Amino acid sequence: MDKNFAARRRRDLIIAAVLAGLAALAPLFVKDVYVQNILILTLMYAALSQSWNILSGYCGQISLGHALYFGIGAYTTELLFTKFGVLPWFGMLGGGVIAAVIAMGLGYPFFRLRGHYFVIATIVIAEIGLLLFQNWEWAGAAMGITIPIRGDSWLKFQFLRTKLPYFYFALALCCLAWFVTWWLEDSKWGFWWRAVKDNPEAAESLGVVVFNSKMGAAAVSAFLVAIGGAFYAQFLAYIDPESVMGFQFSLLMALPAVLGGIGTLWGPVLGAAILIPMTELTRSYIGGSGRGVDLIVYGALIVAISLALPRGLVSLFSRAKPKGATR
Amino acid sequence: MTALLETRGVWQRFGGLIANSDVSISVGRGEIVGLIGPNGAGKSTLFNLIAGVLPPTQGSIWFDGEDVTRMPAAERCQRGVGRTFQVVKSFETMTVIDNVIVGALVRNTVMREARRKAHEVLEFTGLAARADVLASDLVPAEKRRLEVARALATEPKLLLLDEVLTGLTPTEAQTGVALVRKVRDAGITVLMVEHVMEIVMPLVDRAIVLDLGKVLVEGKPADVVRDPKVISAYLGDRHAVGA
Repeated sequence: MDKNFAARRRRDLIIAAVLAGLAALAPLFVKDVYVQNILILTLMYAALSQSWNILSGYCGQISLGHALYFGIGAYTTELLFTKFGVLPWFGMLGGGVIAAVIAMGLGYPFFRLRGHYFVIATIVIAEIGLLLFQNWEWAGAAMGITIPIRGDSWLKFQFLRTKLPYFYFALALCCLAWFVTWWLEDSKWGFWWRAVKDNPEAAESLGVVVFNSKMGAAAVSAFLVAIGGAFYAQFLAYIDPESVMGFQFSLLMALPAVLGGIGTLWGPVLGAAILIPMTELTRSYIGGSGRGVDLIVYGALIVAISLALPRGLVSLFSRAKPKGATR
Repeated sequence: MTALLETRGVWQRFGGLIANSDVSISVGRGEIVGLIGPNGAGKSTLFNLIAGVLPPTQGSIWFDGEDVTRMPAAERCQRGVGRTFQVVKSFETMTVIDNVIVGALVRNTVMREARRKAHEVLEFTGLAARADVLASDLVPAEKRRLEVARALATEPKLLLLDEVLTGLTPTEAQTGVALVRKVRDAGITVLMVEHVMEIVMPLVDRAIVLDLGKVLVEGKPADVVRDPKVISAYLGDRHAVGA
């Protein structure tokens, strides 16, 4: 039994390594910049959703305010870069740390809330963050910040002539988020989080400090999302509050995980691999014809998948016995 | 030797309702003690006070020579108090073994050891064959057993059982009784809340009867069931006269 378990963990790791290897080769075949762009966004959202999944999927604290941490990552990086000349790599880490601290600061009052009340609180807080940045003159207010372009450089993490460095960074981030999840899954924290999600009262009776485990999940989750935000800011070379902190980011982090399988290791990646290209393609092929048709198609697909596979796309590949199989 | 668990003059009020008034009980090491009484007697309240779900309005609770009155449940678990829930609270999206690992992590920080401990406990409780099944797929009797297994994995000194034998078929209940004996033989003290007198009485070393929030009678099961106060509490005064 233990052998099976260890074998399963190893197999996940091997599959991930193979997939990452194949993805790394993709630019050899994909020369089209538009397609490269879609690949980069897909990898980025896979990473973001994987990070969101740690707090909301594993620990069960559904957040629809992760755009806040995404924006904090983006703003920390660009403010430090444009105002103080700090390299984006340091800004990225700084943004991650600030986001983690803010996530815990917010968790302190809000983790006392349960269910829908918690979700509403996360939405409201992220909207407040957005409003603050829209009115913060020093940070560019609603006008945002344009990142000065000084030519291709790994040091400054900016590239004009090619998108490949962004692609590889997004891939690395995706691998990192996946690996962190994989590692946490078989750790004390991973077990505590799932216990807290399923039944906080029972968890408490088994020695789980519920509040602390929520705080831990929030910190890890916010940190990784902020790294993603920093990346996105460098990728766009221009940020304003709406384009890095808008509500749509909160949704686009949650949807791949929900669609792929919330609280599962592979759900976010699988969900993002289907959802993000679909978003982009519906937008470019039918988005122009009549306003909103792309969104209707997009929405219908999401509804269809969730109705057919309520436990997410991963249930197609599920090695866990289907419900009722043992009866 | 001091008692493992002691409540001293414990009161619990919910608004105008007094659920426990001046309850002082003690449980010695290695005992199986039954906490019984008619519906609304305050058994569950007392049980939750001991487990640390909420602090008592007044009075103190001592465990293993230490005042734990205000200690949160998770910390009490670390000190050696394990419990089950009357309404089972399995981690439904997790497998049986994963449920038990959560408990085992209290004393085993290395995952491999926690997993080994969890397997041991599943063997002990007779759930080994169901290790990889989702908790939501268990039948009710198995879920009860899982509650016990999870609590045992925390390696408690005192195991609090909240109506684990209620609502089972006679055969299931007998297996349950055997398990409780086995737990005690492993050196764990047991305090059990129970409804079904005929199952509980042969099992426990001592019975404490609560009625209307107070300790009514306390003693050997054979004496307790004959006590007129107990009979009248359960059946009404009319039946007590003959006893």
